[in-house]
Amino acid sequence: MAFVVLAAPSLRAAEAFSVKEVAPGVFVHQGRYEIFTPRNSGDTSNSGFIVGNDAVAVIDTGGSARIGAELLGAIRSRTSLPIKYVINTHMHPDHVFGNAAFEPEHPTFVGHYKLPRALAARAGRYLAINKELLGDAAFAGTRIVPPMLLVKDRIELDLGGRKLVVEAEPTAHTDNDVTVYDETTKTLFLGDLLFAEHVPAVDGSIRGWLALLAKLADRHDVARAVPGHGPASMDWPAALAPEHRYLDKVAADVRAMIKQGRTLSDAMASAGLSEKDAWLLFKEYHARNVSAAFAELEWE
Amino acid sequence: MEVKMQANPLANQQSVLSPGRLALALVALLALALPGAPVRADDDPWPDIRRDVFDNREVIENDGTISLDAPYRAEDAAVVPLTMRIPASIARDVKSLTLVIDKNPAPVAATFHFGEAAGSGERMLSTRVRIDMYSDVRAVIETNDGKLHMAAKFVKASGGCSAPASKDADEALASLGKMQIKTFDQAGAADRSPQTREAQVMIRHPNFTGMQMDQISREYTPAKFVQTLEVKRGGALVFRMDGGISISENPNFRFTFGSGGDDTLEVTAKDTDGSVFTATSAGKAT
Repeated sequence: MAFVVLAAPSLRAAEAFSVKEVAPGVFVHQGRYEIFTPRNSGDTSNSGFIVGNDAVAVIDTGGSARIGAELLGAIRSRTSLPIKYVINTHMHPDHVFGNAAFEPEHPTFVGHYKLPRALAARAGRYLAINKELLGDAAFAGTRIVPPMLLVKDRIELDLGGRKLVVEAEPTAHTDNDVTVYDETTKTLFLGDLLFAEHVPAVDGSIRGWLALLAKLADRHDVARAVPGHGPASMDWPAALAPEHRYLDKVAADVRAMIKQGRTLSDAMASAGLSEKDAWLLFKEYHARNVSAAFAELEWE
Repeated sequence: MEVKMQANPLANQQSVLSPGRLALALVALLALALPGAPVRADDDPWPDIRRDVFDNREVIENDGTISLDAPYRAEDAAVVPLTMRIPASIARDVKSLTLVIDKNPAPVAATFHFGEAAGSGERMLSTRVRIDMYSDVRAVIETNDGKLHMAAKFVKASGGCSAPASKDADEALASLGKMQIKTFDQAGAADRSPQTREAQVMIRHPNFTGMQMDQISREYTPAKFVQTLEVKRGGALVFRMDGGISISENPNFRFTFGSGGDDTLEVTAKDTDGSVFTATSAGKAT
């Protein structure tokens, strides 16, 4: 297996790392529906970049410094404009581990104001566990790079005649989710607030997530949505429907079982199973989602 | 990896984990080889635990007195549900129940001392624990005749003690100390006497282990955990729990108790910072 040199990814590697131009100047790389393995180098989430007149913004950087380098290569094969911003939609390793590859570009790293704290609490475990999953070669160079520009509510970034709006959300998928909106093409990057085909992962608040989905569905200014996992570009608001159905079902089943006096173990064995054929990686994530939902909803 | 304990989470554990043993546990965690280490020490901690916690007394295994339900592979190592059951014929003679997780840094997860209101029907106790490495989990009861009986299960889980607390840290802090007491109207098991009821006590508390790292400060969040939790029914003791860092965040206990004229449950919990939390439920005998 060929090693990718971090500083100068080969043209072959850049071509192998495909990106799709989903709207003029808006590019998305679709990650694999897999958990971290040495073979996929952590390429298991969607990342993207937006090119303005003067600068580029990157949205999420993949699951290793190696994948971040491939994304950088894909950007450089299309533009030599400076990379002004690297925005992380939330804390999870598959979205932030590529940050280190961008440091030589001296961008401003951007994220939710709770992101530094969230990364600080998890950095040790994230690095240790994922180094083991990825193997030394794929993991090499991977470091945690937290944001320095923190979003409390919303900020506007200008790429030169192109405005991006980064909005901090209340606890949903995690307690540090942001969305990125490209005004020019009405493209909304939702990070892991939106999963398609890959089962959603609850690591924040299921109630918060459901409330946020209801609010987001009311947005009429979105022409297309980019999920954190799923097809590069999706119709709006139709893209939200399967995930909304899944979270509704998990919450409803768990609430019913709590009301019946059933236990956490009972719920993990049977809640939400009607969804099992609708999602990939269901076996890997669903029971833990039920555990998280139960621990939250039993306090209602 | 150097581990610095801010407040010693092991201080109140009967089993005192020596620095040497802790080092070996960490070695196992990091899969390093320690030259010259005794072969037995890290492979099977149980003999040392039995010596430290139970004075090397005989422990009778799988004799139908206690059963333990645990997942073979935990979905979340920081929230592993365990359920213990003791048949009615044995329950009335049970003084205490100790939960042991062999390979945890603090192997004694909790000890439950039963009182007169614990009930005489089938006894059930359920809680959630952190498991740090693939480990045997043991439920050990002591009967009035001084004998020890045990059920054990092997659970695959890792990292439970160092997992970060709270998916929503701000909300957890705002809710600290909130308690909920639920009673369940139906006694589930077939041989439960009508005088046995079931309840659940839960408290919002981070139960910090002292092993959860804050990378910004480069320090471990100090241990702060629920040390004792006492449940009384109409003034009579159901159980008193002495617990440690192996009990999950938001300690949660579901248990049977003996119904009396007044089934009001009173709960008092104390944590290692000296905070006291109390709650009372209304409860009528059915």
